[in-house]
Amino acid sequence: MVNLANPTAFVELSRRVLPWLAAATAALFVAGLWLSFAAPPDYQQGETVKIMYLHVPAAWMATFVYAVMTGAALGTLVWRHPLADAAQKAAAPLGAGFTFICLATGSLWGKPMWGTYWVWDARLTSVLVLFILYLGIIALWRAIDDPGRAAKAAAILTLVGAVDLPIIKFSVDWWNTLHQPASVLRLGGPTIAPELLWPLIVMALAFTCLFLTLHLMAIRNEILRRRIARVTMLAAVEGDRLAPRLATGGA
Amino acid sequence: MGDPHIGFIIAAYAVAAATIAAMIAWVVLDSRRLTAELNRATRALDGARGEIGAERR
Repeated sequence: MVNLANPTAFVELSRRVLPWLAAATAALFVAGLWLSFAAPPDYQQGETVKIMYLHVPAAWMATFVYAVMTGAALGTLVWRHPLADAAQKAAAPLGAGFTFICLATGSLWGKPMWGTYWVWDARLTSVLVLFILYLGIIALWRAIDDPGRAAKAAAILTLVGAVDLPIIKFSVDWWNTLHQPASVLRLGGPTIAPELLWPLIVMALAFTCLFLTLHLMAIRNEILRRRIARVTMLAAVEGDRLAPRLATGGA
Repeated sequence: MGDPHIGFIIAAYAVAAATIAAMIAWVVLDSRRLTAELNRATRALDGARGEIGAERR
């Protein structure tokens, strides 16, 4: 078993895994897009249903990435895992990106289907809150210079914000919303026709692989950032040791 | 596709493609910048250690 708590072991493992993940992502996107455009139009939505193949996977990833960040926040605060804060910091901009895609494509679907780009219903508002949470966590990381303090503050904010996840999931059941209830991830099974469901599943896998690829790369970047800080500090210490000797030798 | 809402479909795919491209560019460019910075910092450290070694000799 590879010790993933060791950054060097993590970098080595990710170096071997990343080309395969990137290739799987590209292949799944090609297959997903091909299936999406070959899929028949919906009997009510017409071709506008094609927006669903982007909107639904992006919505799933928006909440999935936040769940990953919640796990990483627990890793920082409870288990003090050395890579947990790197995983949390690396995931936030990706989560914000997926949430932005979800909101933008949902809005572009809403105009022709509902007659409006936006309504303040529970589902849409709770996803907007999630987007603001992502931006807040990114801003918090940038606002605090000490990485240890920044990691703790971001972890606490992430855990507090996790309350939004069940609200997003069950908002369509708890309140009267314009947004339709769950039609894929539900107890009674999907209510979507298989011709429309398969492209959705492949696109969801493509989005998941994309996140895993970019997340691994972004964690490696965080490890690089730490190494730079350590090497720069060592160089400064060596420089300080050298300066008095040079001064004495030059006198 | 002769759908009356084709503009919305194209806009949705364009927004998603642009956002995904931005996420990929952020990670890849950050990696390149950090690798170059680490190489520079390592050279500076090696230089400082080399000068101390030479001073000792």
